[in-house]
Amino acid sequence: MESVNEIRSRFPQLSEKVYGKPLVYLDNAATALRPLSVVKKWEEMSLVHNANVFRAVYRTSVEATEAFEAAREAVARHINAADSAEIVFTSGDTAAINLVAGSFGEEFIKEGDEIIVSEAEHHSNLVPWQILCRRKGAKLVKLPVADDGTLRTDLLPGLLTPAAKLLCVADISNVLGIINPVKEIVRICHAADCAVLVDGAQGIVHSRPDVQELDCDFYTFSGHKVYAATGTGVLYAKRKWLDAMPPYMAGGEMIDTVSWESSTYAKAPHKFEAGTPNVAAVPTLVPALEIAEEMSAPEFSANSLAIKEYILESLSSVEGLQLFGNPADAGDKINLFSFVVRGAHHEDLALLMDKMGVALRSGQMCAEPLMGRFGVTGMLRASFAPYNTMQEAEYFIESLQRALRMLR
Amino acid sequence: MTELEAAKQNVIEDFALYDEWLDKYEYIIELGKNLGEYPEEKKTDDKLIKGCQSRVWLDYKLQDGKLWFSADSDAIITRGIISLLVSVYSGRSPQEIAADDFSFLDAIGLKENLSPTRAGGLRAMVETIKKAAQDNV
Repeated sequence: MESVNEIRSRFPQLSEKVYGKPLVYLDNAATALRPLSVVKKWEEMSLVHNANVFRAVYRTSVEATEAFEAAREAVARHINAADSAEIVFTSGDTAAINLVAGSFGEEFIKEGDEIIVSEAEHHSNLVPWQILCRRKGAKLVKLPVADDGTLRTDLLPGLLTPAAKLLCVADISNVLGIINPVKEIVRICHAADCAVLVDGAQGIVHSRPDVQELDCDFYTFSGHKVYAATGTGVLYAKRKWLDAMPPYMAGGEMIDTVSWESSTYAKAPHKFEAGTPNVAAVPTLVPALEIAEEMSAPEFSANSLAIKEYILESLSSVEGLQLFGNPADAGDKINLFSFVVRGAHHEDLALLMDKMGVALRSGQMCAEPLMGRFGVTGMLRASFAPYNTMQEAEYFIESLQRALRMLR
Repeated sequence: MTELEAAKQNVIEDFALYDEWLDKYEYIIELGKNLGEYPEEKKTDDKLIKGCQSRVWLDYKLQDGKLWFSADSDAIITRGIISLLVSVYSGRSPQEIAADDFSFLDAIGLKENLSPTRAGGLRAMVETIKKAAQDNV
């Protein structure tokens, strides 16, 4: 595990202690730890190249613009977009989804239309669609989740009425950790003339999405979950949509010409980047995606697989433990484990394990309807990153057992 | 020293027995396990304390000029914390509780050792007890 140990040295927070105990960080699905290369890029942008982008002729502004646009190229390459102009920078995954709901929704959704949303979505990929449906008199349609956490794609053909205009689904759920068959979903939807938005908040970390191969219309993600600075987000959209969609926010460099009465707008992607963007943070996507790529090497996959087998085995032997997101083939699941234990409240477990140095998420995980679907008020979630080790996995299981002994 | 002050002093001394926060939690869990019965039919929305991550119900009665609290929660640590408050403030007059500053909670370091959401929950529990007192002064 030489590569894993070497990578760990580049994430300083992994050597931190909490309550005098080594930090075991298992809330990676909420936000990833940050590598030094990302911090250095942010520092360099702030201390050396700080200037506003796109508007001035002086050297520093040109450098800032170049760094900003280099990030666009890097993102386009990483997800294999056909053209870097299909990459729009936002403040995060939520902002990217809201942009589509606001702009695509304004232009293409009308009264009586239907928007299909999977039952496994976090609030960011549900509430914007609720608001759009209310605004336009459209109907929100649920793509249900089966008991094992997989999507009921068998029901999809029946849901795809002529009124269905858009389907929204995560490629990996933040609660169930299941890799959804989005390529297949896109194929079925497109055959019925329905566009597809893929929420890649988790998928960008645990897979290498190829948007041309997926053929999705939109792909969104946050930078901070994939090791970049917070306040960065990406909307990938097919050129045909970006050209047809109206601006979502106005001001700054999103215009072509402006007179007192009216304006014409810049072309995509700048049409959708109103105001001063996050100049210092966006370029951190370059080193972030580089380290993400490094961590997709076989040694990391082998480490992750061993951890997955160990955790699944260990959790199944805990009395009264119910794991959510349990596909028949464990290969369809990432190292994200949400569960409840009979006789122990998820919040109590999280609090006690925090005191043992283990950082976990407890509660509804921004997916309240999904909690209702499984009849629980909350869950405990451990989500691993490629830099987590088997020793940390073992300590997590020991801590869980110790906390359970205290509570039961 | 009033009885209320003595009860608070006892809690402060109990907490001081443990150096490690995990041990203090063990103590809180024991308090939670020993909290008296709370009737199922009183687990109604109007008795639910808003602002807690876990569900907490608090009820009280006024008897002979004194307030008597009873409570429950679906999380054991929250049960322990509310149990602490119930044992300190039950059997005191509304005037005495209304005049109290609840600063013994700072003295035992509970607030800074809770997550912000938990600390918000603790604040909500304190506010509910204060309001019960003020309503009955």
